[in-house]
Parts: sequence; structure tokens; C-alpha cells
Amino acid sequence: MSEQPTSPDKGKSKAGPLRAFLALPNEDPRKMVGVAVALCLVCAVLVSAFAVGLRPMQEANKVLEIRRNILQVAGLMRPGVPIDELFKQVEPRTVDLRTGEFTDAVDPNTFDQRQAARDPALSDALTADQDLAGIKRRSHYAVVYLVKDDAGQVTTVILPVHGYGLWSTLYGYLAVKPDGREIVGLQFYEHAETPGLGGEVDNPNWRGQWPGKLITDENGDLKIHVVKGAAASGPEGAYQVDGLAGATLTARGVDNLVRYWVDKDGFGPFLKNLQKELAQDG
Amino acid sequence: MASRRQLITDPVFENNPVILQTLGICSALAVTSSLKVSLIMCLALTSVCAFSNLSISMIRHHIPGSIRIIVQMVIIASLVIVVDQILKAFAYEISKTLSVFVGLIITNCIVMGRAEAYAMQNPPLMSFLDGIGNGLGYSAILIGVAVIRELFGAGTLMGVTILPSVANGGWYYPNGLLLLPPSAFFIIGGFIWVLRTVKRRQREKVDFVIMDAQVKEHG
Repeated sequence: MSEQPTSPDKGKSKAGPLRAFLALPNEDPRKMVGVAVALCLVCAVLVSAFAVGLRPMQEANKVLEIRRNILQVAGLMRPGVPIDELFKQVEPRTVDLRTGEFTDAVDPNTFDQRQAARDPALSDALTADQDLAGIKRRSHYAVVYLVKDDAGQVTTVILPVHGYGLWSTLYGYLAVKPDGREIVGLQFYEHAETPGLGGEVDNPNWRGQWPGKLITDENGDLKIHVVKGAAASGPEGAYQVDGLAGATLTARGVDNLVRYWVDKDGFGPFLKNLQKELAQDG
Repeated sequence: MASRRQLITDPVFENNPVILQTLGICSALAVTSSLKVSLIMCLALTSVCAFSNLSISMIRHHIPGSIRIIVQMVIIASLVIVVDQILKAFAYEISKTLSVFVGLIITNCIVMGRAEAYAMQNPPLMSFLDGIGNGLGYSAILIGVAVIRELFGAGTLMGVTILPSVANGGWYYPNGLLLLPPSAFFIIGGFIWVLRTVKRRQREKVDFVIMDAQVKEHG
């Protein structure tokens, strides 16, 4: 009990060191340090407890969010059916973008393409004329999702795409038929374009134009374009998507990123290989 | 000392933190383009404000004066992190929209202001109520701004279409300006104007008057 010999209030020091400590004048340096340390300890325990306790739920939310986006872009969302249930028909696979082949070099469930694109060991810088989408670096690998029907046949291929719009990089998924020509859907899950203008890329009506559009013509030439104004009627219209009024630059960004990712520096080689592979299987 | 009910109602009408004290404007501009997001933000701020007031008031006799601001900041910051973690676990999509603005509650002058001005001098229960009251005062403005912005900017409320917009095949041409942060300035300005017209007591004293007559004399 003689811990606080200079305590100003001797009567209270008998009741224990805590009392004695609390009885110190607030401006006493010992009390100041003591209060600061105690407060930090309490707050640290509180924050860590919540962070650790809630982490499993947060991780689950992140996975669920990615899955929801993938199912939406493939048009597989069914109201009332749990997302995990629907996701059983989807298989994630890693693709080596340099060769266009499937690879097991990285685990598709944990691979982070955005982080890899910043790592010189895992990505290549793009030259100015290659870099149509304004992404600067392209990672060596990408995770694609294959949707299979009950018979195990691939019905849709979902490709992660991103590229620069007006203000921000748009991140999304492009779903195509296994023939690599017909688009099933395009959806962005992250962007910071102007709400009401460029932000209309999220508008279901605008997104609704993409399904059924053709990426290439019969000769394999890249034809898909987001055009200013309305898409042409007639056969050319199959390759055209209406631009967004008041969002020319965002629409151009979307045009560029779609054309980049389906072409030779994006998933072009992969889509070609996939057709061969599926032809062999068939 | 104010009655308990006054602690709750005064900050909403008589002494509104946003309108009269013009505190917390930053987040009021940023998150009010959608009502749902604003409601979550209000909930987050009100709970942080109430619990920071409560805990600061409980230890107020033992907070050394020279480090009191840091003590308050540590408590507020911890509570904000907790709220952020809870949102990420239970309202993931909304927490994504709110992104950095939940974290910025730490710097919201309302929370800090109430801790310093009220909780340091008053007992825990009263401080807790004061925190709720000020949170509600902030919420009232945020919800008002959000209703106007979402309804006329996007034609929806809580994501449900009220005025079908032209882009979706309806008749309403949405006002794009309302979806941008500056519009909240105009709306809050409008609120302040209306409130000070109705409640003349809330007008600020004029700091100086241009000496019109004197200029004439000398000129």
C-alpha cells in the first residue's frame, strides 16, 4: 500500500491503489500517463474485439458481393434462391493472359488481379498503343468464371474487365457465350462516374442493350462499338450499343475497355483457345 | 438545467447543430444523394455521438485537462471504427456507398463539439440524451436534404420509383444537379433561410453596418 507515498489524500490510499490513483489531481503526470494508458488499453480491446469478431461475416459479405455481380451479369439471378445455391453452377478458373491458356499457377479463389497489376513480377506494362483501356499495367493472370449447365457444358464465360472512363476506373464483368462472339451481359460493380450521367452505365435499361450484341463479325474482325446516339438499324446494329446522352467520355471509356479486353491483349487468345477446347470436347 | 425532453428536442428545432451552428456540413453534402444511405449515416452518427458523450461523461472527473481533446478523440475514433466494422458486417452494400464518410464521423464537429461542450460538464445520462438529441438534429436535416435530392434528382425514394424518369420510359426529367454535392449547399441554405425567417430569434447579430450616411457627409 506504500505505492503512493506522496499521495495527497492519505485517507483514500488505504482503500487500494486504484482509489489512490483516482484521487491524484488530474494534472499529476502519473495520473495523466495512467489515464492515457488505461484508455488506450480499453479502446484497443474494444476495437480488436469487434474487428476480430465480425471478420468472418465481413469476408462472407465480400465473397457474396462478387458472386452476386457474377450471377447478375450472366443473367442467372433468381429472386428467392440463395446466391450460394445459384453459384454452384459457376466454376472459377485462372487464365494466363499471355498464352490464353488455363493455368493452375495461382489459386482463383484468392488471386487479386488488382494487386497483381501493381506488382512488376506479376504484370506487364502496356505501351501507349496497346493501352486502349487506360489501365497502364496488365496482370499476367485473370480469374474467369465458367457457367455450366446440368450436363456440364459451358454455357457462359464471365470475364473480369476494367478501364478508364471520365473520372475513374470502371471495374466490371463481361459475360459472353462460349463462342466468344455473342455478349450475354456487361455490368460494372465499381466506378465513380458522375451520377445521373456517366453513372447511367448502371441503368438496367442501358445494360439491357448488351445481351445479344456481337463482338466480332463472321471473319473474326472486332466490330463491337458503343456509338454516339442510337445504334444503327439493320445488320450493323448487331455490333452497336447506344451511347449515353451527356456522358460521351464515359461511353467512350466503356467502348475502349470492352474492345481492349476481348482483343489480342485481353482475353482474345483465351476465347480462341476456349473454342478449340470446347470443339474437342464436343 | 434543461429537462430531459428538451435535451432531445432542442437540438432538432431550437439549436440545430447543422443549421444554427453550421457543423457537420461536409458529410451532409456527401451522403445525401440517396435517402437510404443518409438514414444509415444518421444512425451511425447518432449512436457515435450518444455513446461518446456517455463514456466521456462517465470519466469526466478523471480526464486531465491538458490531454482532454486527445482522450475525446480516442474514444470517438474507437466508437467510429466499431460502427464501421458493424456496418461492413451487417449492411455491406451501404457501407460501400458510405465508404470513407463513416470514418470521417471522427472529424465531425458535432460529435467533438458535444463531447467538449456538454459531456465534460454533465452527468452521463444527460450527456447520453444530449448526444441522441444532437444526432437527431443532424438527422433531421440530412433526411430533409436527402428526400429532396433523391426525389427530384433521381425520381425515387429509398430506391423505389416515385416519379418515373424519362430514361426509364416515364415522364420526369431528373434534375442532375441535385445528385451532385453542391446542390446540398443550396438546400441547406434554403433550410437556414426558412428557419431564420420563421424563428427570428435564430438570426445572427449583424457584425457591422456599412456607414452609408457618413460616406455621404464626407464625400
